[in-house]
Amino acid sequence: MVDTDNTPASAGRRLDEATNTETVGHEWDGIEELDTPLPRWWLWIFYATIVFSIGYVIAYPALPMISKGTEGVLGWSSRSDLTDDLKAADAKRSQVVAALAGMPIERLETDSKLMRAAVSGGEAAFKVNCVQCHGARAAGLPGYPNLNDDDWLWGGDLKAIHQTLQHGIRQPGDDQTRFSQMPAFGRDGILTGAEIADVTSFVRTLSGLEPKSAASQRGGALFEANCAVCHGATGTGMREFGAPNLADAIWLYGGSRDDITATITTARYGQMPAWGQRLDPVTIKMLTAYVHSLGGGENFVAVAKAADKDASQDANGLDDATD
Amino acid sequence: MGWTMRPTDLQPAPASASLYEKHTTVHPKRIDGPFRRFKWLVMLVTLGIYYGTPWLRWDRGPYAPDQAVLIDLEHRRFYMFDIEIWPHEFYFVAGLLIMAGIGLFLITSAVGRAWCGYACPQTVWTDLFQHVDRFVDGDRNARMRLDKAPWTAGKAARRLAKWTIYLVIAFWTGGAWIMYFADAPTLTREFWAGDAAPVAYATVAVLTGTTFLLGGFMREQVCIYMCPWPRIQTAMLDEKSLIVTYKDWRGEPRGSLKKAQKAPDAFGDCVDCNQCVAVCPTGIDIREGPQIGCITCALCIDACDRVMKEIGRPRGLIDYATLEDCEREAAGAAPRPVWKTLTHPRTLIYLGVWSAIGAALLFALGTRAHTGLTVQSDRNPPFMLMSDGSVRNSYTVKLRNMQSRPRTMALSLVGLPGATMWTDDMSKDAATRQFAREVSADVTLPLRVYVIAPRGTGGGTFAFQVTSPDGESDSSETAFNAPEPPR
Repeated sequence: MVDTDNTPASAGRRLDEATNTETVGHEWDGIEELDTPLPRWWLWIFYATIVFSIGYVIAYPALPMISKGTEGVLGWSSRSDLTDDLKAADAKRSQVVAALAGMPIERLETDSKLMRAAVSGGEAAFKVNCVQCHGARAAGLPGYPNLNDDDWLWGGDLKAIHQTLQHGIRQPGDDQTRFSQMPAFGRDGILTGAEIADVTSFVRTLSGLEPKSAASQRGGALFEANCAVCHGATGTGMREFGAPNLADAIWLYGGSRDDITATITTARYGQMPAWGQRLDPVTIKMLTAYVHSLGGGENFVAVAKAADKDASQDANGLDDATD
Repeated sequence: MGWTMRPTDLQPAPASASLYEKHTTVHPKRIDGPFRRFKWLVMLVTLGIYYGTPWLRWDRGPYAPDQAVLIDLEHRRFYMFDIEIWPHEFYFVAGLLIMAGIGLFLITSAVGRAWCGYACPQTVWTDLFQHVDRFVDGDRNARMRLDKAPWTAGKAARRLAKWTIYLVIAFWTGGAWIMYFADAPTLTREFWAGDAAPVAYATVAVLTGTTFLLGGFMREQVCIYMCPWPRIQTAMLDEKSLIVTYKDWRGEPRGSLKKAQKAPDAFGDCVDCNQCVAVCPTGIDIREGPQIGCITCALCIDACDRVMKEIGRPRGLIDYATLEDCEREAAGAAPRPVWKTLTHPRTLIYLGVWSAIGAALLFALGTRAHTGLTVQSDRNPPFMLMSDGSVRNSYTVKLRNMQSRPRTMALSLVGLPGATMWTDDMSKDAATRQFAREVSADVTLPLRVYVIAPRGTGGGTFAFQVTSPDGESDSSETAFNAPEPPR
């Protein structure tokens, strides 16, 4: 292949005066290229890379074929690497998972290390299962509650959150599901349009959105008769029915006149799957811990930062939340 | 241009017409002289620094390592005597690297390829290995004879001895490298006990291999074919650059001592003794003019000066000179003192830039604080409306204690009247405008901080301030987001 004693077709070539090396014989606007001989060891390295590449092609997946590529005699694949990594990660997690499985949710707060592990795991599970409705970082959307705040429809301590997650809200076929249904006061003809407008005025005075007026006074009487049974006499809501607090600043479906009128007229309520049917109990516990940790969880629980104090103060300034 | 200047009557035989060049081993002859002694000194200093530095101790108290120079990759710290660099201060290291780069330009501009000739690791280790050659096999002629000799038991024994010494040096070199990255005594113990990290063994293996190969066998091939620096330098050198030059107007026409004695007027000073070629570590003939293979180690000057002294001619037939001066001298002018070449504008500009960066780094080092704070506000959700109408924002606040002792640091709110804060390791009932945390020595303490402002607070800016007990403080302004007032 290579004639190492190849004599160049040298008749036309000339020696460069300065370096005494032959030129390749071409000239580009006065610039010429020297034909400096390559060191022979360089050639050997080139051959060595060819030999290596042959070995590599035999040993590893390399050549694309019609339906799939060659597999290589070592049987290596990136997928099996991934499987191994996942197995290793599962093995690493197994202790925590076992501990979580055996820990009743209401006692999770007694083990702050486990709680922290659960929060981390829950964060990951939340991204897969919950962000579709509750939004990234659980910020919520109209109709889908924000989980960062301190307003809880069905209760915000660990046990209540766990119950909600496990059995869902208005999940057909789960007899422990959270259930309530607000009547469609307008559509079903319970209240007239004018009466709904009065109730709207009253509801808005509860949280100071509107000053008191004749309309709100009339609405107050209607509220007493129709709404107070669930929302409470002062409109502060009732968690047994998931009836929202109407006297606070948070509106699940909006607090404008139009929004409230629409809610009273047609009734609005959401639905959440019973995650107990879809996820394993440990994941649900993790999700519970995560949602509780978002800043609005009731009955404060201290979460350990890490295994020991020094490790929590990570030296590089990067978060090690996944440890 | 001067660079291509060469004695035209000295054209050697045309280069081989082969496409590939066979490697010929260089067997430099032993030589003594001022430049050789200087080379010894540089070798002693550079190798001393390289092998010795990790073993220097430096007391930093109980919370920091006591190794004077330590690149602690695991904990992301770089220790250099009294200086401790954190990852976010990497600009110090970047500055040092820029200084090293400009320093190379400076050196090249002032004294030509002095880096190549004296201080480059490839040069220093090649030199070391060539001394091993001399020690085991004898000087140039003996080595050339041995090279050509058939493989006998004696030759094999010599080769084995030589390569073993190569390997020991190479291993020691690779071993010294890893000492910069961990506590040297501990790592040495772990290394021999088999407890060191796999990366330590791998690094030693790779560096042993490269030192063995590059220092023991590749040698000048690295300078001529592999290293980009000689190529870059040829673009930086000009007729004002200090190079090692053969003064052809004085030496030519060359001829043996006998011929020259017969006809003194017909011959120059060069007696064609080939000593300059014999001592050259890259195996070139300096009399062919400046060339890429010349690393300007000046051993040929030592060799030639010695011969000139013996035959009673003035020294400096081969000497450090600029091409400009060579032309001047050839025209009959007196040689200019070497220091004049050091003061031409380009050198002074490089020196100015180099010193300015150094001064800026020193200034930054002297004025940097050891208490720090970074604040990152949650972007999603940007704010949180609470049921009583108050507004909560969340922040990740990192308290940096850059002292090598634990300190209690106070975090406080500046601005945002009526606002309080709490962290996720305390109950929101304990919300306050200032709290303290113990921050361990030399670490960053990340805190998840919730700031809550009363109903009606609009969006705006405020600051977190961290204060350490010795009065150092740092603050960081950040945004407080709030909803538009309800309709």
